[in-house]
Amino acid sequence: MPPVIEVHNLVKRYRKADRNAVDGVSFDVQPGEFFALLGPNGAGKTTTISILTTTLRPTSGSVRIAGHDAVAEAAAVRRQVGIIFQKPSLDLNLSGEENVRFHAFMYNLYPYRPTYSLMAGGYKKQIADLAAILGLGKEIFQPVKKLSGGMMRKLEIIRGLMHRPHVLFLDEPTAGLDAASRRSLWDYLREVRERYETTIFLTTHYLDEAEEAGRICILDKGHVVSNGTPQEIKADLLQERLVLDADDRSALRAELVAQGLKFEEGVHFQVDLNGHRAQAIIQRIGTPLTVLRTDSPSLEDAYLKIVGTSLE
Amino acid sequence: MSDLNAIMAVASRDFIKFLRDRTRLIFSLVSPIVFVGLMGGTLQGNLGRAAGFNFIGFIFTGVLGLTLFQSAAQGLMSILQDRESDFSQEMFISPISRYAIVFGKILGETSVAFTQAIPMVVFAVLLRVPLSGGQLLALIPAALLASLLGGAFGVAAISAFSNQRAANQIFPFLIFPQFFLAGIFNPIQVLPWYLEVASRISPMRYAVDLIRGVVYSGRPEYSRVVLFDPLTNLVVMLVMFVVFLTTGTVLFIRNETNR
Repeated sequence: MPPVIEVHNLVKRYRKADRNAVDGVSFDVQPGEFFALLGPNGAGKTTTISILTTTLRPTSGSVRIAGHDAVAEAAAVRRQVGIIFQKPSLDLNLSGEENVRFHAFMYNLYPYRPTYSLMAGGYKKQIADLAAILGLGKEIFQPVKKLSGGMMRKLEIIRGLMHRPHVLFLDEPTAGLDAASRRSLWDYLREVRERYETTIFLTTHYLDEAEEAGRICILDKGHVVSNGTPQEIKADLLQERLVLDADDRSALRAELVAQGLKFEEGVHFQVDLNGHRAQAIIQRIGTPLTVLRTDSPSLEDAYLKIVGTSLE
Repeated sequence: MSDLNAIMAVASRDFIKFLRDRTRLIFSLVSPIVFVGLMGGTLQGNLGRAAGFNFIGFIFTGVLGLTLFQSAAQGLMSILQDRESDFSQEMFISPISRYAIVFGKILGETSVAFTQAIPMVVFAVLLRVPLSGGQLLALIPAALLASLLGGAFGVAAISAFSNQRAANQIFPFLIFPQFFLAGIFNPIQVLPWYLEVASRISPMRYAVDLIRGVVYSGRPEYSRVVLFDPLTNLVVMLVMFVVFLTTGTVLFIRNETNR
């Protein structure tokens, strides 16, 4: 099957900006995939998702969603996608049902009727199902502002799924939610994928959230730093290191240099294994060692190392 | 006509929000009393005789046009409010045309303005402003046109503002001079040439004059109150409506997507 999202050499420079917010980004997302765009704040995640969802025009590059060009066929793209924004886009003064009804009209799912009671039977059933998923009773007819943050997010997701989008975009959906709400949101998203086979495209700056995804693309300063399954990313990013030290540090240093190895000299010597076997290196060292161990950082260490420079 | 459902949804959302806003409801009941009753009453007593025509009627028609135009124009500012509350994203990611969204907004604010005008007309009848049944009927399309033009003017105006704060500060400067240039409270039959030019490019003038044309039709003071015949006003309003709506929407959308 062709990819449902194809991004090629995407560049965005905001007006009056002196650098590109997104700088030559390319990636594909397969149908049904759970794809996470991971990166620190300011990496270009929201810019990317805005271009993919047609609300922002790219400076150059091409984006195709479900076979449609995001610039030339924006309306067709919008029909195929659902979007959950970073900040809730519910009308707090309307009820949950009114928010959903508004969405139904905007996507031409039902003919316009001024009140709930005049709506088609199919719609009412959908509302009942939806209220059941949310665990809401009559509250669905109350102003949204009375709902909790987690409930609002779920309501938005349900609303975003009403028109059965091929791709559901979520821009940092758990921002501002407590741990319990986050957990229940993830469970719900998993259910959505299983039930509707929807492609999920998520941006996040939490590594643990991205690890749940089938594929992670790490973005930093507008560039793709790494792209693959969580396992591939680990293999790609995680450099196993040999940690060595000796009383005669200058002798050890000379031996390492002679072997042509890349190393850092901190508290101890840290040698990048880079495919070498630790055993082979040690065999060729004659200086008596005082410290000898291998070190494999966690994915989190690797991620922080990548983005560390942007966090400073 | 797949956009029709969306247009109605956008429009009815604005109308529902108006009905649920108690402050705005009360204001729309009180403002005719203040403007038509107090202002018209005091001016009628002091200037009416000199002017030689019913000043309450003059003020009523002026304030009616003003209310319809201004309410719709100002109502369009809720687009900026939506943008700040992020609801506009929900609208702008939907697969319908941007023109439909903006038109729905205009339609919604038109219905709000129109509803606000009803107590004003009732109040005018109570104050014995002479209005026949036929004139009341003819007022309906005139009032609709006045608010549609106001809405389109609002779109053109907000397309120039980046945020609500800027809009709140600058908007009064676009509306307030029109109070005088459109002759809401003051006859503008005779104006120095520079004010005449300013008056003729002020859209509110045509909305008010159309309403006066309807209310004063067949009355002896018609020629002293009404500036242009209704057909001329109608044509000018239609042209202005199309120009404001298209340029306003194009600019607004460009600002949204070409950041």
